[in-house]
Amino acid sequence: MFEQVFQFLVTGITVGSLYALVGLGFALIYNASDVVNFAQGEFVMLGAMAAIALLSAGLPLPLAAVVATLLAVGVGLLLERFAIEPAAGASVVATIIITIGAAIFLRGIALLLWGKDFHTLPPFSGDAPIRLGGATVLPQSLWVLAATGVLVALVRAFFDRTLLGKALLACSFNRTAAQAVGINVKVMLRLAYGLSAGLGAVAGILIAPITFSSYEAGVMLGLKGFSAAIVGGIGNPMGAVAGGLLLGVLEALGAGLVSSGYKDAIAFLFVLMVLFFEPTGLFGHKVAERV
Amino acid sequence: MPSDRAGGCPSAAATGHSLLDVMGLSGHYGPVRAIHQIDLRVGAGELVAIVGGNGAGKTTLLHTLSGLHPAHAGQIRFDGRDITRWLPHRIVAAGICQVLEGRQVFAPLSVEDNLRLGGYRQHRDRGWLREERERVYTLFPILAERRRQLAGTLSGGQQQMLAIGRALLGRPRLLLLDEPSMGLAPLLVEEIFRVIVELNQRGVTILLVEQNARAALAIAGRGYILETGRIAKTAPAAELLADDDVRRAYLGY
Repeated sequence: MFEQVFQFLVTGITVGSLYALVGLGFALIYNASDVVNFAQGEFVMLGAMAAIALLSAGLPLPLAAVVATLLAVGVGLLLERFAIEPAAGASVVATIIITIGAAIFLRGIALLLWGKDFHTLPPFSGDAPIRLGGATVLPQSLWVLAATGVLVALVRAFFDRTLLGKALLACSFNRTAAQAVGINVKVMLRLAYGLSAGLGAVAGILIAPITFSSYEAGVMLGLKGFSAAIVGGIGNPMGAVAGGLLLGVLEALGAGLVSSGYKDAIAFLFVLMVLFFEPTGLFGHKVAERV
Repeated sequence: MPSDRAGGCPSAAATGHSLLDVMGLSGHYGPVRAIHQIDLRVGAGELVAIVGGNGAGKTTLLHTLSGLHPAHAGQIRFDGRDITRWLPHRIVAAGICQVLEGRQVFAPLSVEDNLRLGGYRQHRDRGWLREERERVYTLFPILAERRRQLAGTLSGGQQQMLAIGRALLGRPRLLLLDEPSMGLAPLLVEEIFRVIVELNQRGVTILLVEQNARAALAIAGRGYILETGRIAKTAPAAELLADDDVRRAYLGY
């Protein structure tokens, strides 16, 4: 029994790491603009699908992963420039609807490029499971954990140690004051979209060897990442990470101990409960001070 | 009539060179708070006060100068350049820094981080930034004591000091101050105004917007009276202080 639970935990943390990365992307854009970017999941899908396509075009895996990530960053910047920026001054809700439209558009492009088939990446370093206690861990899980750890640490350092990171935070704390000290809010928004797209793409590439990827793989991952960001208190980057891990673990435990058919239901029920009892999220405190 | 205060800012009298020229400026902020056909001049080295009641358009005027609100008509020239349509970050880089009404510090960041962000446009000049930060700490020793504290936990007066310090790190050639006395105890108001005079004596050109007309006109060289979005009167500050209409309307005696 204990071994089984341990196995579920391992699975949960692996999946949770991905939710964390996607949630982090939601938090970044929300911080810079109060907008929930519903195209976040599409960045995940684009990263995975582009890496798969580049690999089959003959690029070595590491190079394919890097180029795919850069491509997604480029798409994120284009999205900001041609869909979000022209709507500057529109209401937050209108902008959110634009991101939903962008998500459908990106999904359509992916469908045209890669069809409806499921694709997969080979694991980064073999698929011989590693025995750990009573549980088995796929080497790819370790990749997921390590990469997530590094990325989260980098994002943290970016906010804690760099002026650019603080400037991005400043935009979310007080946009008028940020402008008054000379921060170009538009540039910060682009930065947020670029970073979010990059984080999403990396998540997609990391998960591609574990699950199959298709043109609509981003929908569910996007929703889960969004849930992670809400659970963590939207706008709190490290809260989104914690929320993602929590969500992943609960989901895996629910799937393992109750029924795998209820996996998604358990995750979303948890989100509803959090919103009901703690509307600002478990680690959120910002909403109360927003006016 | 020569104002005795003009002696307080010798550089203004000496150069007479115009730093800010505003001609026929109109704009609005929401449906009500608007400014109409504003003409305004601030000479290099001057300390100029704009006084007016609540809703007279003081904040709208400052926000239009710093690019936070668009101008609908008229022109703003800074140091000979037309900056009317510039974006705020470019205006800050050119040397117009604004201390916003109600402080507006970055509450969840430390005092030190707030000051660092104040120097966002000057980030290449690290040596100057370090020196200027130390100068701010000398000007407001309490900020030095609390440099690691979150700005949101400071008292109102300390936040005002921080807001001024943050603007100073933007290396202002023209400092816009929006109601620095708002919500502060008289003793603190006195200290803030003492610092404003000191900054002006060091050569910072200052445009001070205040509801507290008496305190503002007491330190300014010249003053403008803003009423319902229009300049109602302009004169040397000492004349305005002695003016019967101004006294009745703004000084309360």
